[in-house]
Amino acid sequence: MESDKSDRLVSSQKSAQLDGLLERLRKGDQIALAKAISFFENDPELIFYLQGELQEILAQSKSHIVGVTGSPGAGKSTLTDAYVSILRREGKRVGIIAVDPSSPFTGGALLGDRIRMKRHFSDDGVFIRSMGSRGNVGGLNDSVFGVIMLYKLYGFDYIIIETVGAGQSEVDIAYVADTVVLVLSPSSGDEIQLMKAGIMEIADVFVVNKADMDGAELLKMNLETVLNFSEIQKPIVMSVATSGRGIDELYQQIEKHKTHLYETGEICQRASRRMKKHAETILDNRIQSILQCVDSNDVNVMVNAVLDEICKSRFGGL
Amino acid sequence: MGSRKTRVLIAKPGLDGHDRGAKVVARGLRDAGMEVIYTGLRQTPEEIVRAAMQEDVDMIGLSILSGAHMSVCKKILEMMDQHQFHVPIFVGGIIPTDDGQQLMKMGIAAVFGPGTPISDIVGKVEEIVGQRVSE
Repeated sequence: MESDKSDRLVSSQKSAQLDGLLERLRKGDQIALAKAISFFENDPELIFYLQGELQEILAQSKSHIVGVTGSPGAGKSTLTDAYVSILRREGKRVGIIAVDPSSPFTGGALLGDRIRMKRHFSDDGVFIRSMGSRGNVGGLNDSVFGVIMLYKLYGFDYIIIETVGAGQSEVDIAYVADTVVLVLSPSSGDEIQLMKAGIMEIADVFVVNKADMDGAELLKMNLETVLNFSEIQKPIVMSVATSGRGIDELYQQIEKHKTHLYETGEICQRASRRMKKHAETILDNRIQSILQCVDSNDVNVMVNAVLDEICKSRFGGL
Repeated sequence: MGSRKTRVLIAKPGLDGHDRGAKVVARGLRDAGMEVIYTGLRQTPEEIVRAAMQEDVDMIGLSILSGAHMSVCKKILEMMDQHQFHVPIFVGGIIPTDDGQQLMKMGIAAVFGPGTPISDIVGKVEEIVGQRVSE
């Protein structure tokens, strides 16, 4: 990363605009923050633009990044809403990124996470941004890294990232968040489902939401059994997000995990893991865009040539 | 990747609970490739403007069936002035023709009555947003 602002990625007009926005957002201007997010969303590589002084601020930032993931309808948004209320009670400022899926066919998206967070709409200390996944298959959006930086520059104490409704293998949040909260709800299958690899492995805090429903205790027991197979003990919180039950405990558990991360120095590992994932995402996108420029006929010719070569050497040209 | 998407906020101000129209329009815009932020029922003008600001939308669509369209739109336009944040607004619902004209004079960009084909709404949104982006 050269500290040359005239990087080919950023036109001079764009960079002047972005400079202005960054200046304003650091003074607490939410409109500037919102517009800067759009810049990054439309061009995730703008991240190379944040240098010098800004990098220093980012390095010192203590914003805690909480990832909330789980299957569709498990209660991620409602739980986030309830958790934010507690953070606000503690005087913390919160930036939320809520990702919902983009259509693979039209690219359109219906972003409906906000609807569960209405009570924070007129609170200056809470900023909510909805995003479409825009082709990302890991449960996030490629510009999420850039938005984290902007939230840190703005100075939020907590950054909450809500993934798309995740099934079993949308695990990218593990590379992005400091603390991952996995939200489960009753009737989501037997203990074998809980033993499968993937999303069950990435949680730092488990939440059994809708704990007032039948099957919640059974789910908790199954989860305890499965978690006992491993040496690392992870907390299980029983919650009813709509009533607020269990949310205080969720807050405590996240704080406990946060303290643990700082005491053990693991917070640095998580930060470098995030940076690595970010670099990979940028590289992947670069490669994708290069591949898109390659003529598929050329590729076929090349593939056939290689196959011929292999066949010849193996089977003596039969 | 790297491309601009049109973002629209669909909101229902006021107290009526009939959100089918809003949902149909939200779905139609989604299928036209836009990102639609749906904020649901019973929103105050302040909440709508703040949500539009944070989401940096290109346009706001309001569904109003309660008859309160004049005062609601006036409040939202005032709120936008107050926050120095301006994006075009379209309104859908039961809006008498005279009121519709009045709303357009106040600065509402488009008014759609019952039975408007989705393609008309999509076309109008694309047109208005297209003009803004090219400016």
